[in-house]
Amino acid sequence: MSDKTKKGTEAKTYKFDTLSLHAGYQPHKNAGSRQVPIYQTTSYLFDDVDHAAALFNLERGGHIYSRISNPTVGVLEERVASLEGGTAALATSSGMSAIFLTVMTLCEAGDHLVVSSQLYGGTVNLFRLTLPKFGIKCTFVKPRDTEGFKKAIQKNTKGIFGELVGNPGNEIMNMPEIAKIAHDAGIPLIVDATYQTPYLCKPFEHGADIVIHSLTKWMAGHGSSMAGILVEGGKFDWMQNDKFPTMTKPYEGYHGLSFAEEFGPTAFTMKARAEGMRDFGPCLSPQNAWNVLQGIETLSVRMKKHCSNAEEMVKYLLGHESVAWVSHPSVPDHPDHELAKKLLPNGRGSMIAFGIKGGKDAGVAFINNVKLASHLANVGDTRTLVIHPASGTHSQMDEATLKFAGLSHDMIRLSVGIEDIDDIKNDFEVGFRAARKPRLVSNQ
Amino acid sequence: MKFKVNNEEVFASTGGRPFDKNKPLIIFVHGSGLTHMTWVLQTRYFAFHGYSVLALDMPGHGLSGGKSLKSIEDMADWINSVIDAVGYKEASLVGHSQGCLVTIECTSRYPDKIKTLSLMGGAGAIPMNAELLSLAENNDPKAVDLMMDWAHGPAGHFGGHPVPGLYHINTGGMLAKSRTIKDTLGVDFRACDNYKNGFEAAKKIKIPTLSILATDDKMCPVKEGKKLADLIEGSKVDIIDNCGHMMLLEEADRVLKVLKKFITTHYPPLNT
Ligand SMILES: Cc1ncc(COP(=O)(O)O)c(C=O)c1O
Repeated sequence: MSDKTKKGTEAKTYKFDTLSLHAGYQPHKNAGSRQVPIYQTTSYLFDDVDHAAALFNLERGGHIYSRISNPTVGVLEERVASLEGGTAALATSSGMSAIFLTVMTLCEAGDHLVVSSQLYGGTVNLFRLTLPKFGIKCTFVKPRDTEGFKKAIQKNTKGIFGELVGNPGNEIMNMPEIAKIAHDAGIPLIVDATYQTPYLCKPFEHGADIVIHSLTKWMAGHGSSMAGILVEGGKFDWMQNDKFPTMTKPYEGYHGLSFAEEFGPTAFTMKARAEGMRDFGPCLSPQNAWNVLQGIETLSVRMKKHCSNAEEMVKYLLGHESVAWVSHPSVPDHPDHELAKKLLPNGRGSMIAFGIKGGKDAGVAFINNVKLASHLANVGDTRTLVIHPASGTHSQMDEATLKFAGLSHDMIRLSVGIEDIDDIKNDFEVGFRAARKPRLVSNQ
Repeated sequence: MKFKVNNEEVFASTGGRPFDKNKPLIIFVHGSGLTHMTWVLQTRYFAFHGYSVLALDMPGHGLSGGKSLKSIEDMADWINSVIDAVGYKEASLVGHSQGCLVTIECTSRYPDKIKTLSLMGGAGAIPMNAELLSLAENNDPKAVDLMMDWAHGPAGHFGGHPVPGLYHINTGGMLAKSRTIKDTLGVDFRACDNYKNGFEAAKKIKIPTLSILATDDKMCPVKEGKKLADLIEGSKVDIIDNCGHMMLLEEADRVLKVLKKFITTHYPPLNT
C-alpha cells in the first residue's frame, strides 16, 4: 500500500443500524409518508400500451401485478439485500417457498444437490421426499464432514445447500471451506441463515452465493407473520461453465432473454422473480411485508438481547442438576466453539439445545409445566419458546432418520426470548421440578 | 453478441434482440470500471423499438477480451473501429461519465460518422481524487466502496431501485469488482485524469447533443456539466433533481424518456 492509501477516507454509505431503519425507502417519493405505506393493491396502471409492453419485457423497471412485485414488498427486499450486502432479493410468502423457489431457479429435472443433513425438519422433507417428485435428487452430508461435501458432488450437481448452524443440533458448517469446494466445482453455495440474521453473520463475506431467510423468525421477530426471502450475493459467475443454460443462454421461458448477460450480478433474482414467482406464485402480502419491516427496524437491538439472554441461559443450564448436557456454540467444549467465534463474532444466536435428565418422560413433563415459555412450533419469537423435537417438530421421522438428524429423546430445543432473564429462569425451575417427578405432575 | 476488433474479442449486449444491420445503430459506452450492464434500463427499450443496440464492454472489462485501453483518445479510436467492425457507416453515441469523455473525443475525431451524442453525468474533464486514484491503482476494494458512495445520490444510498428487489450500491459495487480492480478501474481513472482535450473536442462538435445532469452528482457536478454543454453548439441540457451520478439507473425512466425523445427526433428508428 502506498502512503496515500493510508489517508483513510471512509465511504459514508449507511451502516447496519441505519440501513435497518431506512434502506429501500424514500419518503419524498411516497407523499412524504414517514412510515412505509402498505400498497394494498393487486395491480398498477400502465401509462400507455408501450409502457405495458416495456414492463412485461423487462425493458423498464416497475410494477405490473402484485404476484410479481409490490412496492411495500420491494422496500423489504431492498432492505434485506442491503443488510446482507447482497445485490438483490426476492421476498416470498414463507421461508419454505424461498427455499423452493431457489431450488427451482437453479435446477432442472435430472439435477442434483449436495445438502447438509442438519436442517429444519420441513426442509429435510422438501429435499428428501418432495424434490425427487420434480426429478431433483439430493445427497445428504453431515455438516461437519467438510470433505464429504466434496465427495458427494456429481456431474449434475448444481449447488450445495446448508444451514450455517444446523437445527437443532447446533453443528456448524465450515462455510468458507465448503464455499471453496462449491466454487472449485463451479457451483454456488446456498446458505439458510435464518438463525443468524445478518446481524450475527453475513454469509456473503464467507463465500456464500445465495442466502435464504425464513423472515418469520428473528428478522420479523414478533411471531406475527409468515415470510421468506432469497438474497443474491452477485459474485457467482454463471457463465464460467455450461451448467446453468437457463441463466446464460437465450431462454425460451423468458422471450429469449439471457439473464446472466443482461443482469449479471442480479441475474438469479431476476430469473427467480420473472420465472419462479410468475409461475409458482408464492408472493408475500404487503401487510406481512410491512410487519417484517417493522421488526427489522429493531433487529440489532433485539438480537443483542436475544444473545445475552441466551448466554445467561447457557450458564444457568450448565450448572443445573436436572440438565444432562447443553449444546450452544458459546459453550467452551462445543466442537465448533472456535469456528463460531470466527463466523458469529456478534453473538452465537439464541437457539439452545439441552438434554434433560430422565429422558423422554422428563422432557414431556418439563414442556407441559412451564408457563412463561411457550410450547409451540416456531423459533425466533421475542418470547421464549420450547419444544421437545422427538415428539414435536421431528415427530414424522423414524428412529434412524432422527439419529441421522442429530436428535435424541431427551433433547429440548429452546429459543430464548427477550423477557427478563430472572423470569425465564424461574419458569424453568417449575419445569425442572416437574421433570424430576414426571409421574406425579405430568398431565400425560 | 461477440465480435472482433483489432483481433480481440469484444462483447456487447444487443438489448435482447438479434443484431439487425438494417436498423440505425446506437452505441452505449459505460463509465470507469463498469460494464454494459449499467445500461440495461435503456438498451432493451431501444432494441425493441426500431434500433440496433450495442452496449459495449470496453476492452478488458465485463465480458470483453483484451487489456484496458490506457487513454481516452485510444478509446475514442476504438469506438470508431467498433462501428467499422459491425459494418456500419454511422452511429449515435451515448456515454456515461468516462464514456462521455470517450464519446466527445470520438465525435470530434469522426464528425461524419456520429449522428447524435447523448452525455450522462458528463464533464469536459474528470480530474480524479488522488486518494481514490491511488486506491484503484493499488487494487484496493476500498476504491470501489468510495466510488459507489460518491456516485450515488439518495436513490442509491437509501434505495428505491426502478427494478423491484435490486439494491443499487451493492449491484454497482459487484459490477466494478467483477474483474481485477487495478486493471479496470485503476487504468480507467488514470486515463480520465490524464485527459485534457475535452473542452477543445467539445468546441468541434456540430451534431445534435444532449446532456443529462443530476443535482446530487458529486463525480461530475451540474456546474461542470453545464460548462461542457455551453461549448457545444445548440446542445440541450436536462437536469434531474435528487439524483446522483448513476442517473441511468437511479432515475432510469426519466433518463429513458429524455433520451427517447432526443434520439428519435434526430436519428429516427426503423419502422416506427
Ligand atoms: C432454518 C429454517 N429454515 C426455513 C424454515 C421455514 O420457514 P417458514 O416456516 O417461514 O416457511 C424454518 C422454519 O422453522 C427454519 O427454522
